[in-house]
Amino acid sequence: MMQSLGESMPVGKTIAQKILARAGGKESVEVGEIVDAKVDRAMSHDNAALVSKHFASIGLSKVWDRDKIVLLMDHRVPANDIKTAEGHKKIREFVAAQGLPNFFDIKEGICHQVMPEHGYALPGQLIVGTDSHTTTYGALGAMSTGIGATEMAGVWATGSLWLMVPKSFKITVRGKFPKGVYPKDLILRIIGELKADGADYASVEYYGPTIRSMSIGGRMTICNMSMEMGAKSAICPADKKTMKYLEGRAKGHFTPIYADKGAKYEKKFKFDVSALEPQVACPHTVDNVKPISAVAGTPINQAIIGSCTNGRLEDLAEGAAILKGKTVHKNVRLIVAPASRTVYIEASKKGILATYVAAGGVVINPGCGPCLGAHEGIMAAGERCISSTNRNFKGRMGDPTSEVYLASPAAVAASALEGVIADPRRYFQ
Amino acid sequence: MKGKVWKYGDDVNTDVILPGRHLANYDPKFLASVAMEDLDKEFAKGVKPGDIVVGGRNFGCGSSREQAATCLSAAGVQAVVANSFARIFYRNAINLGLPAIQAPELVEKLQKGDEIELDMAAGTVKILRTGETVTFRPLPPFIMEILTDGGLIPHLKKKMAKGQ
Repeated sequence: MMQSLGESMPVGKTIAQKILARAGGKESVEVGEIVDAKVDRAMSHDNAALVSKHFASIGLSKVWDRDKIVLLMDHRVPANDIKTAEGHKKIREFVAAQGLPNFFDIKEGICHQVMPEHGYALPGQLIVGTDSHTTTYGALGAMSTGIGATEMAGVWATGSLWLMVPKSFKITVRGKFPKGVYPKDLILRIIGELKADGADYASVEYYGPTIRSMSIGGRMTICNMSMEMGAKSAICPADKKTMKYLEGRAKGHFTPIYADKGAKYEKKFKFDVSALEPQVACPHTVDNVKPISAVAGTPINQAIIGSCTNGRLEDLAEGAAILKGKTVHKNVRLIVAPASRTVYIEASKKGILATYVAAGGVVINPGCGPCLGAHEGIMAAGERCISSTNRNFKGRMGDPTSEVYLASPAAVAASALEGVIADPRRYFQ
Repeated sequence: MKGKVWKYGDDVNTDVILPGRHLANYDPKFLASVAMEDLDKEFAKGVKPGDIVVGGRNFGCGSSREQAATCLSAAGVQAVVANSFARIFYRNAINLGLPAIQAPELVEKLQKGDEIELDMAAGTVKILRTGETVTFRPLPPFIMEILTDGGLIPHLKKKMAKGQ
């Protein structure tokens, strides 16, 4: 990794500056400036029940723009208890009362997969969501960031919010991934270097041949987890791949926004994946990252493939390639959660889900359940899980003495097979 | 207002402040009763109105759940002081009317259990153990306005009533 200070003679603007200037109705904005920004899209999941409660207390009868709001349910679906069921009921009532057209009930999948899949996240847009991993949409060239429920009630009322124009980082990635090494390993490596607060308040822009040749799914993994180093937004500039992905999906017109030549980056980093080893984030912080060789052989009780980070078709396929015709270790519970209904159907047609079930895995419905310890995979005291999800905080998946290790879907599959944390690369030799 | 210091380290995340298993219950009283459950079991039992929570770097990192701020506010915490904050927690705290004060020099001087007297308007904290009064950088005026109004919702209502 290399780091150097940005140019001393700023002449151009970063993507974040340009998107916030547009959203704030200004010619240009400087880093640190507070902008009253109009949002292009506002997303909420199960916590829309709390948002609607706050919205009601403002006393307005109608939201600012019903077409710009996207609501869905993914965190606890189907409802895992009465409180959740009541929340879901409130959301359905709110949707009906407001006549919100962009609503997805429990069947559709995880917000950060559904938003891009259905063309709600577009290049150059400013998107806010009541979920920290809203940074995901930067994979399509949007500036998107997480906010809380009270703030979203304000957005529903006014269509805008105050945002500070962030400093920007430029991360350039080169090299071809070795077999068995994935974008997940890259972002874990980056977080391990920059640390949990290394990009606090910053907008991270990703460049380089590795990013350009990466699938949209891989870019989503990178932008999704950039939040774990504090990033306000994470952006891969839109390219031909982005446009192809959006064909037939994009809801509405959009104008991609790119950084100017000479844009000022507070920090620049370079990474090369050519010799990258699979990476693992060890308990209990996401920046406690080690090469898999350092923890290989650690016994596990549970293995999870899924989430907004790594629950897409390519992720499920990578794990299934390792497990095909084999049996999950007797001490391991393997749980597989496709990120969306669309992914579920495609994985089903390709026989991927059957591979998991035949190997002894449990395929659950699209949703967030086990990732945040809501349901469908809670751990008992002292248990250990390897997971393709995004957080390994203490108590995240159950008892505070349980442990979560984060890795790629392939590493999770290899580990499920061997009963211990295992390097997936040997399955590709 | 007087209170006691609850001091913690770096990277105090939203999952230990308010674990995911409690997210479906929005009742502030309930949230206060499980605040900091996975970090410090003594907190919810011992916290009193006026107490302050002190953290190191990156306080409130992780999830966007505003219940992590609600649970502290509902428990009577009058402010959170830290070396730095994760951005969503910071916004949530302000939006709920809970002051989030970034002041490394103050964090360094505060010890667990210290009795303090916080004056938001003056931007000072008096540490009764040493008798010292520490000044912190005041929050920007538009943030102070939201805090003074009691949070974003009352602030918006006030603005709308004025026709702004």
